[in-house]
Amino acid sequence: MWFTIAQAATLVLVLAVLYRPLGDYMARVYTSTRDTKVERGLYRIIGVDPSASQTWQAYARSILAFSLVGVLLLYALQRLQGWLPLALGLPAVPQGLAFNTAASFVTNTNWQSYSGESTMGYLVQAVGLGVQNFASAAVGLAVAVALIRSLAARRTLTLGNFWVDLIRGIMRLLLPLSAITAILLMAGGVIQNLNGFTDVTTLSGGVQSIPGGPVASQEAIKLLGTNGGGFFNANSAHPFENPTPLTNLFQCVLMLAIPFALTRTFGVMVGNKKQGYTILAVMGGFFLISLTVLTLLEYAGAGTGPQAAGAALEGKEQRFGIGGSTLFGTTSTLTSTGAVNSMHDSFTALGGMLPLLNMMLGEVAPGGVGSGLYGMLVLAIITVFIAGLLVGRTPEYLGKKIGTREIKLASLYLLTVPTLILSFTAISFAIPVIRAEIESVSILNPGPHGFSEVLYAFTSAANNNGSAFAGLTANTPWLTTTLGLVMLLGRFLPILWVLALAGTLGAQDRVPSTAGTLPTHKPQFSMLLGSITLIVTALTFFPVLVLGPLAEGLL
Amino acid sequence: MVTIRSWPRTFWVSLRTMLIFSLLLGVLFPALMLTVGQLAFPAQANGSMLDAPAQSAAPVGSALIGQRFTDKEGNPDPSFFQPRPSNAGDGYDGEASSGSNFGPENPVFLKAIAEAKASYLAQNPGITVVPADALTSSASGLDPDISVANALGQAARVASARSLEPAEVITLVHAQTTGRDLGFLGEPRVNVLKLNIALLGLEN
Repeated sequence: MWFTIAQAATLVLVLAVLYRPLGDYMARVYTSTRDTKVERGLYRIIGVDPSASQTWQAYARSILAFSLVGVLLLYALQRLQGWLPLALGLPAVPQGLAFNTAASFVTNTNWQSYSGESTMGYLVQAVGLGVQNFASAAVGLAVAVALIRSLAARRTLTLGNFWVDLIRGIMRLLLPLSAITAILLMAGGVIQNLNGFTDVTTLSGGVQSIPGGPVASQEAIKLLGTNGGGFFNANSAHPFENPTPLTNLFQCVLMLAIPFALTRTFGVMVGNKKQGYTILAVMGGFFLISLTVLTLLEYAGAGTGPQAAGAALEGKEQRFGIGGSTLFGTTSTLTSTGAVNSMHDSFTALGGMLPLLNMMLGEVAPGGVGSGLYGMLVLAIITVFIAGLLVGRTPEYLGKKIGTREIKLASLYLLTVPTLILSFTAISFAIPVIRAEIESVSILNPGPHGFSEVLYAFTSAANNNGSAFAGLTANTPWLTTTLGLVMLLGRFLPILWVLALAGTLGAQDRVPSTAGTLPTHKPQFSMLLGSITLIVTALTFFPVLVLGPLAEGLL
Repeated sequence: MVTIRSWPRTFWVSLRTMLIFSLLLGVLFPALMLTVGQLAFPAQANGSMLDAPAQSAAPVGSALIGQRFTDKEGNPDPSFFQPRPSNAGDGYDGEASSGSNFGPENPVFLKAIAEAKASYLAQNPGITVVPADALTSSASGLDPDISVANALGQAARVASARSLEPAEVITLVHAQTTGRDLGFLGEPRVNVLKLNIALLGLEN
């Protein structure tokens, strides 16, 4: 066990070293008043004035239009695959799957109802999926930054310029980091070629087809942008995506670096770094607790199968072992990445509940790039509101009064994703025709585990995570369509609520804090925020967890 | 200050942005990384291919991708160390990486474990406890490694099939064992293809 502790300690240390420089750098990226030469060129090409600041409505309109165009282009690219070069002879992606995949990559979910190596050629992977890996991550960052600006500002009607935030997020942050990352991954053994499938004669005289592909460039942004869509079906379990335990730890760092450091960016931008630390403490606390519980459960290896085999190693790679698998699984499901280096479907019953719970927390510990921070800030607003109710004072956060409109928007944010998860899971089992198809075609494992597979799918889609209990065959008309819709609604409705919230918060003045103000920069607030997050999640999802993993694990 | 006020104009900006991104992030970035990879890390970037031990110069596989070691009938060849069970296609299919996704209580999974156990015990008489990695399939179905216990468990069988001294083969297993990365990351492991290549070297 000592080495799993050493592994976690190393991760924490590396993230701690990156925290300040990366957080400060991101604050500079989004507050700088100067544009680089390349950026000025880009603004000219796309036809925007970088000095123009947008109202929340204009900011939201830009995001929606940009994302819709992204969906349409990605859909078209997949449908045209048969005519494209570098397609490895693969045909057009079918309509339903192409819609599902387009929605999936534009929403930063990267749910994959297909197997990479047998569905997507190199051109669609790089020009379609790879580009959305960058774009969707930069959109998440932009929304978070807009919300931070509204909290930092006084009496402003504008939130910044989406196009500037988008392009800076990519040009100054994601692209340079991805280049460094891709090079390091290649040094570690990740492939980057256009070789297609190469047949080799194996040692015992058989034939094996070795895949190729521009993997490292895709892998870098897949993790940095908390996207998670694997080049290959096996995702980060595939040795060409994640060859060694060292690259495995590196990949965990990549997923966590930006989401955690954004709390520093937040602290810097609102002028009080301690405000960022209280949020960081909640995120970090959830992360360490979740990691510990999952690791203990998988080492314990409860359940008939793991007991018969001697350890819970089904769906885990020998080089990572249990410790490397639980670290990656926790990281991936708490960051909305959704990449996997082990098969969550084969986790022990209670162990499999952990990734599910991680997502149900709302992807806030530390969550996806940008989305994790704005999710946590909405929860902070809910927390000061509840605390305000307890002591009978008008709640405020960072000097902004939390009134009716703010609470309405925060509540809408809080309700949207659980409503999507629970209603679509319920419909899937309540309507006999759909249920019959789910049970006969989609579900792999019988009993409560099969229910968990469907619940996991909608939880993953609505939270824009993208990991799966992958035994589920999701490429059916019902699931491709509804999961695609759920991903879109789970991404863009919350973004609309957040931007509307930013609009009203920005318009307010910042009132000075008084003796009656709940301090939000002290450990007490971290405790409150953590408790509220947990209680909201538990109250919402406990009943449905009883039907799935709890029933299976406690039977 | 000019802000974009209309939907059509916003769509037009979006389209232009996506097109320039497609070129920059979808073509130029991967191409640049391709160049760097092929120049700086050609071996890794092309799949860490391993050459045949003897005269033939053609690679026999990738150091990172597990493969099957079967006889002409498709049965496990006792004279080679055997990899973990695999759910990639028919087993170690490089075009179909996949785990089994069996849940812990799935009867099919329980049956698969029982069969793997019976076959391991039949192939390796004298073994009492079968290592867990030999009874479970990996996440990718392409796991190149087995545990040290699994390799040692097969050593006697491989030695007898090749008329080698068991001690010699055991020494080879230890020589081919990779420890945890940096001493604490991941698990100790033996790369099956490298081990089998070294095994052929032992005979020559």
